[in-house]
Amino acid sequence: MAPSVAERLLERLDRAGAAAGLCSLQAAAELGVDHQTLVGAVKSLQALGEVIEAEPRSATRWELSPEGEEVLREGSPEVRLFRSLPEEGLPQAEALKLPGGSLGFSKAMANKWVRLDKGAAGGPRVMPTVPSVQDTVQEHLGQVRAGGAQAVPERDRAELKRRKLLLEVTLKSYWIRQGSAFSTAVARPETELTPEMIATGSWRRLPFKPYNFSSLGLPPACGHLHPLLKVRSELRQIFLEMGFTEMPTDNFVESSFWNFDALFQPQQHPARDQHDTFFLLDPAEAPQLPPGYSSKVKKVHSQGGYGSQGYRYEWKVEEAKKNLLRTHTTSASARALFQLARQEKFTPVKYFSIDRVFRNESLDATHLAEFHQVEGVVADRGLTLGHLMGTLRQFFTKLGISQLRFKPAYNPYTEPSMEVFSYHEGLKKWVEVGNSGVFRPELLLPMGLPENVTVIAWGLSLERPTMIKYGIKNIRELMGHRVNLQMVYDSPMCRLDV
Amino acid sequence: MPTVSVKRELLFRALGRSYTDEEFDELCFEFGLELDEITSEKDIISKEKGEEKAKGASDVVLYKIDVPANRYDLLCLEGLVRGLQVFKERINIPRFEKIIPAEGEGQRLIITEQTAQIRPHAVAAVLRNITFTKERYDSFIDLQEKLHQNICRKRALVAIGTHDLDTITGPFTFTAKAPSEIKFKPLNQSQEYTAPQIMDLYRTDSHLRHYLHLIENKPRYPVIYDSNGVVLSMPPIINGDHTKISLNTRNVFIECTGTDITKAKIVLDIIVTMFSEYCEKPFTVEAVEVVYPNGKTHIYPELAYRTEKVKPEYINKKVGISETPSNLAKLLTRMCLKSHVTGNGNHIEVEIPPTRADIIHACDIVEDAAIAYGYNNIQMVIPKTYTIANQLPLNKLSELLRLDMAAAGFTEALTFALCSQEDIADKLGMDISATNAVRIANPKTAEFQVARTTLLPGLLKTIASNRKMPLPLKLFEISDIVVKDPNTDVGARNYRHLCAIYYNKSPGFEIIHGLLDRIMQVLEVPPNGENGYTIKAAEGTAFFPGRCAEVFAKGQSIGKLGVVHPDVITKFELTMPCSVLEINIEPFV
Repeated sequence: MAPSVAERLLERLDRAGAAAGLCSLQAAAELGVDHQTLVGAVKSLQALGEVIEAEPRSATRWELSPEGEEVLREGSPEVRLFRSLPEEGLPQAEALKLPGGSLGFSKAMANKWVRLDKGAAGGPRVMPTVPSVQDTVQEHLGQVRAGGAQAVPERDRAELKRRKLLLEVTLKSYWIRQGSAFSTAVARPETELTPEMIATGSWRRLPFKPYNFSSLGLPPACGHLHPLLKVRSELRQIFLEMGFTEMPTDNFVESSFWNFDALFQPQQHPARDQHDTFFLLDPAEAPQLPPGYSSKVKKVHSQGGYGSQGYRYEWKVEEAKKNLLRTHTTSASARALFQLARQEKFTPVKYFSIDRVFRNESLDATHLAEFHQVEGVVADRGLTLGHLMGTLRQFFTKLGISQLRFKPAYNPYTEPSMEVFSYHEGLKKWVEVGNSGVFRPELLLPMGLPENVTVIAWGLSLERPTMIKYGIKNIRELMGHRVNLQMVYDSPMCRLDV
Repeated sequence: MPTVSVKRELLFRALGRSYTDEEFDELCFEFGLELDEITSEKDIISKEKGEEKAKGASDVVLYKIDVPANRYDLLCLEGLVRGLQVFKERINIPRFEKIIPAEGEGQRLIITEQTAQIRPHAVAAVLRNITFTKERYDSFIDLQEKLHQNICRKRALVAIGTHDLDTITGPFTFTAKAPSEIKFKPLNQSQEYTAPQIMDLYRTDSHLRHYLHLIENKPRYPVIYDSNGVVLSMPPIINGDHTKISLNTRNVFIECTGTDITKAKIVLDIIVTMFSEYCEKPFTVEAVEVVYPNGKTHIYPELAYRTEKVKPEYINKKVGISETPSNLAKLLTRMCLKSHVTGNGNHIEVEIPPTRADIIHACDIVEDAAIAYGYNNIQMVIPKTYTIANQLPLNKLSELLRLDMAAAGFTEALTFALCSQEDIADKLGMDISATNAVRIANPKTAEFQVARTTLLPGLLKTIASNRKMPLPLKLFEISDIVVKDPNTDVGARNYRHLCAIYYNKSPGFEIIHGLLDRIMQVLEVPPNGENGYTIKAAEGTAFFPGRCAEVFAKGQSIGKLGVVHPDVITKFELTMPCSVLEINIEPFV
């Protein structure tokens, strides 16, 4: 197989030595190949790494135009005309038909090689004025053709360019030298390592095509978890780290009794309005309420007791039996506390839950008919408001929220109640991040919990911290079927404390 | 939470000093109020109706203050100022006094037995020699509106009527009559109407139309007359024009009628305690005798003061502070609960004024002590409560399965538990009666008609919203569905389902089938065999005939998998074939 242009070029460079360089134009001429072909070889060698160095240059070169080639071959028009003209001259009309034609005539006239005898018999006659001439145009073109353009005086070159006999061509070329990894043995670079190369050890001597580290890799084909549920997992983890046990919340349908009455929320409370709560058509009523307990709840609402005045209204069992979609998970907390009260001996507990709740609200960018509530509950003897605040500080610190303050508030089932505010660096103001309080005795004592047991609790929505964490402005893009799956694919892992 | 708008200038004048907005915001926060917005009438109109309409409106600065829902005593400027001034110890707590006129000289309100069926309760009081100004008058009207919207539950429980006593003559009669028999000139109207005409008149009224349903379709409407047959009001709709109060009114007759006597008494107490301040003898209220159908009488307003004894250590222990009894008494007094230490310091006697109907238990007193102490001054302590955490087994299983589903290349969706009847029935080729679905009585839109009985519609809708995403789409959801169940205490229960869908140019049944195999593998359920899982050809309206199988495991049917029926695909506005798997995971807990 004949050596390739690249191989021949490398041999030429090898001969030139490490210090010397070579112009690509010269190399092309020497190797007898087209300059473009040589440039291709230079590029393929560059792709191998540091085999050669090629410094781009641009040079100007003079070439003969097709007309110039003709003059070189046959002489310039003025010389051809002069040499065809007999000594006695010719009438002008005939002289213009000689080789060289009118162009030759006007140039010969300008050179004062001929003259026009206007007074001659039979009309104007062209007469030679010198015995012989030299064809310098042809000579100059010959010099250029031989690569000696520099030898032609600049003025003459400009004249020949003006006569469109010479062309000035700008040529991109390379100054080629041996590279730091110069070798005359060229091999096509390998793109990837193969099992054969490993087996044979050929990888040791083969050059490899370099990688482009600035481009992105291929995305893995993978499944993704939903960002809101990633935050749910993180919050579950936080509660578990704090020693809280998960409460059962897998009952979206709840009776008004557990959702409101058990929580000492009076039957005329606005939250029990059709406007705020989804009531059920089927099953419209809960088949049963806990027998002994529900009569205690009735009494504390209508007459008071346990040190309370009560709300003093007519408590109706039909109202308590009305089924609904739970408006908060506190109904599940009430059930859990009721179970706790039925234990033979009270044991302190820490409970949590994160699950869906439902509100018959008007929907907008921050409100949905269903969302997730996060709730924490601690029941123990002798808990104080200070304990509630201490627990909240611990919890919110794990959520990455450290600056807290507490505002007095009202909840029907907690007293004292406190809203939790945190300083929002972006908004430059205090924003509410949760609600909390101490469960009322009217809620705990009818269940049968010991009198000295205090229950502290707090709640927040799951969506709010998620929207802040993932920078989501419209809640509808987060929850429900209108979610943008690309957002799900792209969402980062959930670490709230970093 | 009710919001009260007060003019900043009036507020600061009444408080006797001015604040920067930040200072006032801070004061509100400490006291349990929230300075919600700083605005003006002009701003409000401009926001609601455009700048053009707001031209010429007042640009006096208004504070919109959020008040806790149980603090009816803070629903007007008078109450707010009194609360804050006592809190800052700039004034003493006023003492309200009920003046009972001499025998035969006081006003009487006689309740007839006809009211029993519609609005059985009424209470009344008189404010004597009151001086109104424009601001006081506006505040008086605003307070009634605030009470109507909140404690009165949009006039359903209580409706308030206030009248110029000098235009009428007692005794007054609260009765109920057939609508056609009631005829009077309603407030701010120019002619008399019968009750049915009045109802028609207000049917399009943006404000009053919301109250018509409270008495409409009842055989008798409640009405109050004076001794000359002048109509004071037709509660809970409208007062008569004859008795309307003005800036010049000196004596105000206040009546509250309703269905809840406790709330009616509270409402009356609040109005008189707030506005008796402007009477010639401030903080005095003239009593009215109410005569019941059975002949018994009662004197209103109640203006009852109640005394509670609280142990100082109870307060300290509940809050987590250690204040002296006298300091605690001082803190409570700053919250309008006049308190002093009794005996040898073992008790604090707390006087609950008629303005504080929200104090119903010692825990309410504890809260007020904590507020006065300053929530943010309380030392934060971590409870010593020692417990071992446990996950709910069902949730633990769900969490683990979610990870394996994602690891299998499926992406998690999170869809609504509520949907339309169509989604779970018609679109899946089923009749709603076959779904056993829980139905919602009062949905605002069709999107909330039922609780879902399957996760499939949610996933199909998620794909329909993401048709621009590159194929294949592989989604899953592990969440609860709801069905009726008469054996539970509420008559319905949740089941935890797992649903997965594969949506591409070909149905990919083998992919969904492979996913089932993988799920069973991680659940350690072998294929076939006694304790294994099997799939058997089955029918399903949502599935393409011959491409549906039922999954059996743990000795029961747990769900189905198959190629979705083309009709279902079309009804969910999709175009590509797909296959799904939906199983109940509870047997694996």
